[in-house]
Amino acid sequence: MSTSVLFDVAGPRTRARHRVYTIVSVVVLLALLGVVLLRMSSTGQLAYAKWEPFLTPSYLSALLLDGVVKTVEMAFSSILLAVVFGLLFGIGKLSEHTWLRWPCWVVVEFFRAVPVLLMMIYIFLTYGAGGDGIGSYWSVVIALTLYNGAVLAEVFRAGIQAVPQGQSEAAYALGLRKSQVMMSVLMPQGVKIMLPAIISQCVVALKDTSLGYVILAPGVTRVGKSIFLEFQNQVQTAIVLAVIYILLNVAVSSIATWAQKKFVGEKSVLLMDSTDGGGALI
Amino acid sequence: MDDVFSNFDLVLKAFGLTLELLVISGVLSLILGTLLAAFRVGPVTVLARFGTAYVTLVRNTPLLVVFIFVFFALPKLDVQLPFLLKGTLALTVYTSAFVCEAMRSGINAVSVGQAEAARAIGLTFGQTMSLVVLPQALRAVVPPLASVLIALTKNTSVAAGFGLLEATARMRGFTNNNADARTLIFLIFAVGYIVIVEVISAGAFGLERRWRAAR
Repeated sequence: MSTSVLFDVAGPRTRARHRVYTIVSVVVLLALLGVVLLRMSSTGQLAYAKWEPFLTPSYLSALLLDGVVKTVEMAFSSILLAVVFGLLFGIGKLSEHTWLRWPCWVVVEFFRAVPVLLMMIYIFLTYGAGGDGIGSYWSVVIALTLYNGAVLAEVFRAGIQAVPQGQSEAAYALGLRKSQVMMSVLMPQGVKIMLPAIISQCVVALKDTSLGYVILAPGVTRVGKSIFLEFQNQVQTAIVLAVIYILLNVAVSSIATWAQKKFVGEKSVLLMDSTDGGGALI
Repeated sequence: MDDVFSNFDLVLKAFGLTLELLVISGVLSLILGTLLAAFRVGPVTVLARFGTAYVTLVRNTPLLVVFIFVFFALPKLDVQLPFLLKGTLALTVYTSAFVCEAMRSGINAVSVGQAEAARAIGLTFGQTMSLVVLPQALRAVVPPLASVLIALTKNTSVAAGFGLLEATARMRGFTNNNADARTLIFLIFAVGYIVIVEVISAGAFGLERRWRAAR
């Protein structure tokens, strides 16, 4: 920590003060942990029986095969579709034609501002439910596609605009047409800049698949629900669910970091906020 | 269809609850997130590690799982809380991790020379932060914080799955009862959310412009 620009390398008196802070905060944090563990043991949550389902092969395979595979499948297909959606509308937003730019802008802004869950419930109740409906699985995928597609459209637009202007000017000077400039000059360079943002959007999609819980879609949260309804081990199930999601997301994030280092370099990062809700219109 | 307009007070009431969730958990997560950011940039290594761990764990956990923790796991630990409090607790725990990241990015956006100059004239860490770095970071932090608050607005909808009758839950009720007007009902509620989001956006834009002028 001594390399921080915010404070000097500590002298002896400051170091002593920091030691006191350290001891106090360790005590407080351990006390908090202790309170939680005491609570868990006094309410019988540490009992082996409560954890047993997660050590039983049949439940584990249900959780991992039916749950995680379905979750990853939903996230993956919605990201693939979202990339297509995002490309169409992102390039549409860059169009020179007002009649094309405006509808694209409206669609992107609409789907970015509306909660995914609201869309999901609407799609499920209107098109998904019933025997001839598309089912909860596709309701989740479509809702996630629309939302992530709208966010990715912004990523694509920003990524293409981040390519230095001289590139497209040079391409036009060579006599390339608009579509050629886009496809052979701007996109190949833009994709490099966008790649980390696209991959971090995968984390968002992965997390948002859990919302399918509300419309009873398949996935790891649904399996978790049936486990905790059967064994009444809500605490343990919640912990296991969180661990599964954290492991998945950390894996995806590390791919993003790797891609950023490989394709973008350390410094020029496309500044899209990676918060859950997409960017503000600022 | 008429059901919605004759019961429009229910729509407003639902958005009232959405706003309530938004404002309470927004304020609480601003406080908690700022505290976490202070931990993360501060000189006490244990607290910095704690802040990093908190942010990593919470950011990679879906909000829905946080809700499962608060609504289903806490009662098993004999912690009984009223519904609204549980909703705000879940949203606060989740959002504060993102507030922390926004704050930290704001602090990192302040140029090194500013902090160095502050140290050079002998200010302590607390003084450097409160007199030099934070006032400047506040400007850089407005756009990402606005995004966090917008995300929070949309995230309040998750409470619909846990028995809080906010806007999304209300829409589900209306769509169930009015099969002929589902799309219109969806659009009405969507517009409600869009209005809230645009107000936050406009507020952030206004703040940004005002503070830029003051510099």
